[in-house]
Amino acid sequence: MTAIPLGVPRRLVEFTLDGQDARVPEGSTILEACRAAGKDVPTLCEGDTLTPKNACRVCVVEVEGARTLAPACSRRAEPGMVVRTDTERARHSRKVVLELLASSVDLSTTPSVARWIKEYEAKPDRFGPDAARVDEEPRVDNDLYVRDYGKCILCYKCVDACGDQWQNTFAISVSGRGFDARISVEQDAPLTDSACVYCGNCIEVCPTGALSFKSEFDMRAAGTWDEARQSETTTVCAYCGVGCNLTLHVQDNEIVKVTSPHDNPVTHGNLCIKGRFGYQHVQNRD
Amino acid sequence: MDLRFGDSEPTDEERAAVDALLGPPESSWEGAARDGTDAADLRWARGGREARDRRDLLLPGLHALNDRIGWISEGALDYLCRRLTVPPAQAYGVATFYAMFSVRPRPATVLHVCTDLACTAAGATDLSTDVEARLGPESGVRVERGPCLGLCERAPAALVIRAGDSARPACEGGTVQAVRGSGGAAPGDGKERRGRDTPRATAVCAPATPDAAVRAATAPENAPAEPAPALAVPQAGDPALTLLERVGTADPTSLDDYRAHGGYTALRRAFALGPAGVIREVTDAGLVGRGGAAFPTGRKWQATAAQPDHPHYLVCNADESEPGTFKDRVLMEGDPYALVEAMTIAAYATGAHKGYLYLRGEYPRALTRLTHAIAQARNRGLLGDDVLGQGYAFDIEIRRGAGAYICGEETALFNSIEGYRGEPRSKPPFPVEKGLFGKPTVENNVETLVNVLPILTMGAPAYAAIGTAASTGPKLYCVSGSVDRPGVYELPFGATLGELLTLAQVRAGLRAVLLGGAAGGFVRPDELDIPLTFEGTRQAGTTLGSGVVMAFDDTVPLPRLLLRIAEFFRDESCGQCVPCRVGTVRQEEALRRIADRTGAAAAGDIDLLREVGRAMRDASICGLGQTAWNAVESAIDRLGAYE
Ligand SMILES: Cc1cc2nc3c(=O)[nH]c(=O)nc-3n(C[C@H](O)[C@H](O)[C@H](O)COP(=O)(O)O)c2cc1C
Ligand code: SF4
Ligand code: SF4
Ligand code: SF4
Ligand code: FES
Ligand code: FES
Repeated sequence: MTAIPLGVPRRLVEFTLDGQDARVPEGSTILEACRAAGKDVPTLCEGDTLTPKNACRVCVVEVEGARTLAPACSRRAEPGMVVRTDTERARHSRKVVLELLASSVDLSTTPSVARWIKEYEAKPDRFGPDAARVDEEPRVDNDLYVRDYGKCILCYKCVDACGDQWQNTFAISVSGRGFDARISVEQDAPLTDSACVYCGNCIEVCPTGALSFKSEFDMRAAGTWDEARQSETTTVCAYCGVGCNLTLHVQDNEIVKVTSPHDNPVTHGNLCIKGRFGYQHVQNRD
Repeated sequence: MDLRFGDSEPTDEERAAVDALLGPPESSWEGAARDGTDAADLRWARGGREARDRRDLLLPGLHALNDRIGWISEGALDYLCRRLTVPPAQAYGVATFYAMFSVRPRPATVLHVCTDLACTAAGATDLSTDVEARLGPESGVRVERGPCLGLCERAPAALVIRAGDSARPACEGGTVQAVRGSGGAAPGDGKERRGRDTPRATAVCAPATPDAAVRAATAPENAPAEPAPALAVPQAGDPALTLLERVGTADPTSLDDYRAHGGYTALRRAFALGPAGVIREVTDAGLVGRGGAAFPTGRKWQATAAQPDHPHYLVCNADESEPGTFKDRVLMEGDPYALVEAMTIAAYATGAHKGYLYLRGEYPRALTRLTHAIAQARNRGLLGDDVLGQGYAFDIEIRRGAGAYICGEETALFNSIEGYRGEPRSKPPFPVEKGLFGKPTVENNVETLVNVLPILTMGAPAYAAIGTAASTGPKLYCVSGSVDRPGVYELPFGATLGELLTLAQVRAGLRAVLLGGAAGGFVRPDELDIPLTFEGTRQAGTTLGSGVVMAFDDTVPLPRLLLRIAEFFRDESCGQCVPCRVGTVRQEEALRRIADRTGAAAAGDIDLLREVGRAMRDASICGLGQTAWNAVESAIDRLGAYE
């Protein structure tokens, strides 16, 4: 399903992207222009349903005349701008950012990152065996989802999804500061003592697997999680009249998790607790 | 917003602390008892937008609790959140952002001992160990080692803060007035407060001996008075001074004395010139910002004044947390009315009717002096609805920071005032377009603003004749470290580093000078002919920054100094972006590894530092991450720190 925008046609902005003329609708980001031109710019904190916090800095590009590099995901293209995406300078920052991240958190469940680490020849080990890491035990405090902050890159996506961008529940925020900053609920309490309503929209947007379904977490621990053996079926939630789309991830004839298509113009990948987690009745076969 | 609150209740004292700031709650929707007496309460919801619009009282609210109780409990935080319709998770995120707050129980008295550059060079490490040993665990005093307290001219420095009931309101400036005005009955009337019997007290102890620090910590209310601000100005009384003219000669608590010393002539001239005329004078004078970034002030004012969106805001950045900087403190303590007058002029020129003075949380005397100065100016019609009878309305509200260097970054400061975490925003949009509360905002440093007074009294051409063509006017320097006369110095731009150090009587055996503070760079003793101008320091590959000049003689171990700088940035990073959040940690680790190494043994780690430093400079969101590597790099390249 695609949204058909009916707004006034936007003016085009002309600028130079890697030496070539580029034209994008006014308000587009450099990243959007790169994607339209088929360029691969790595991104982690950017997501298709949220305003990027431009915090990871893995997408930086060089803008002529600027003192520092610019985050492609949130810098808007301006007329006459001269942008280079693949300079030594930009590649250097991306490499170091990947090294800094991979040396401090567990990126084993972050899609694409292994490929970028290879491409940019990042060597996360070079900070030595004593490099500080976010070594946190996974927090398993409810039956629906698990928080494993040892994998969190502080992209702020879950905060935005839980807060004013989608869910308006404001159950999660960032606490502390610097390297000790953590995603947390009030008083850093167990989820069950928080304002969380278990919509799971934070899991939907988490790019690293720091937030995951309890079902997925348990299966990974048991070594039975196998995406190659999973099929995905998009259907309609039957609980209420909103009619959200659900994508059921099925392995061995069992639903193992539920996501929602981001390109749905009504829900943009968001669900409520029933659609996201209330699938057990489907597989009650007694 | 359907906010969920836990079931922890505030104590009576915590409730009183919040109510003293916000007034008593009007309905059970915002924290009043649900006793069923007010039937209307059950029929419609109150709070909502009206309360949400007061979100910016979150930081003053946290201060109110911290001032009275000493820490912020779950019940207290929940109550404050109810009063302001702030989600508890967000308030928790804000409370844990600031170094001066604690969300765990702690003793009412906290002794902050500075272990930063000048203080460490003056023996702060022994001081803190000694003080801790003498106080012992039974004293009820918590000793916290921390970054520069802005008292470097009197190093080593300590600051005592004891929580307790306060005779004067725990909150600052206009907040109480503003909130009481709309919030019904005045707090405290009728009911007796049941606060603890110890009064809230702060005491500054510098230079601190173990004996004096212990005495100040155990009885802060009886601690000896601080030395007069003029003692921080070795040139005090010199008729050639412009910015420091009144420090030590005029009574900082008397508006009449300020006027007798030429006060408020600049504001009269401003009214005569009109807003556009004032901006023209400031532009022609060539005034450049003194907060570190060196941006032309006239251009900033013009850009804000021209914004069609209203209201416009004025923010005075008095956060001054750069290690080695104390000039703004001395100005505010020694000549507070000057800042009030200068802010009035800046607001008038840029079309702002409300000014925020964001004051560093660790400056108790500056807070007292400015609170007094603002109140007096208001009483005399120099602030308020009709300034000087000119039909122009302007007022100033003081906001106290709570221990976060990053809140000096202009956009982080906006977030802090608004009641969010002090994380910098990405730019563009720039503050002149979307600043405080999303509105066009001018933000200036204290020293920058105070420069506006001589510009208006002497006129742009005379002002521009001081200094050099590209760096006009007088400049303040904060000289500390291995000098016999540390303090704030005023010199016209263009004097050399050597001339300044001679004035301050630099000691023999000079090994290095840190110019521009932790975000600046080191220079060698054979580079003292560097002219102190923006262009001259730039040409020499270094920076003036905020005017820090710290001298270190050869008894100071350089690697330890560098480690302290790295530690500072690691501690103060807001944590938002990866290059800075993790990069500062990796830098500190590498410097720790090579603390005792040189040559080939250090080479690998120095390469690593360079690579990480380059990415931090290029890819960090804000100036903190971008400059965190400057000083260390300069020590390696200019001083040969690890050769
Ligand atoms: C990490 C950081 C800390 C800063 N701290 C201060 C400060 O304490 N005081 C200040 O005036 N400017 C500080 N600045 C600079 C301000 O962001 C801003 O440039 C300045 O207040 C503008 O005023 P000016 O034009 O009058 O200099 C800081 C900048 C950064 C990046
Ligand atoms: S938990 Fe996931 S979504 Fe939230 S900040 Fe961490 S990585 Fe991002
Ligand atoms: S996910 Fe929730 S809101 Fe959407 S259709 Fe199902 S029950 Fe209704
Ligand atoms: S550079 Fe550092 S202080 Fe600035 S936004 Fe990034 S993490 Fe925060
Ligand atoms: S994807 Fe752009 S900064 Fe993270
Ligand atoms: S007060 Fe200690 S270094 Fe500034």
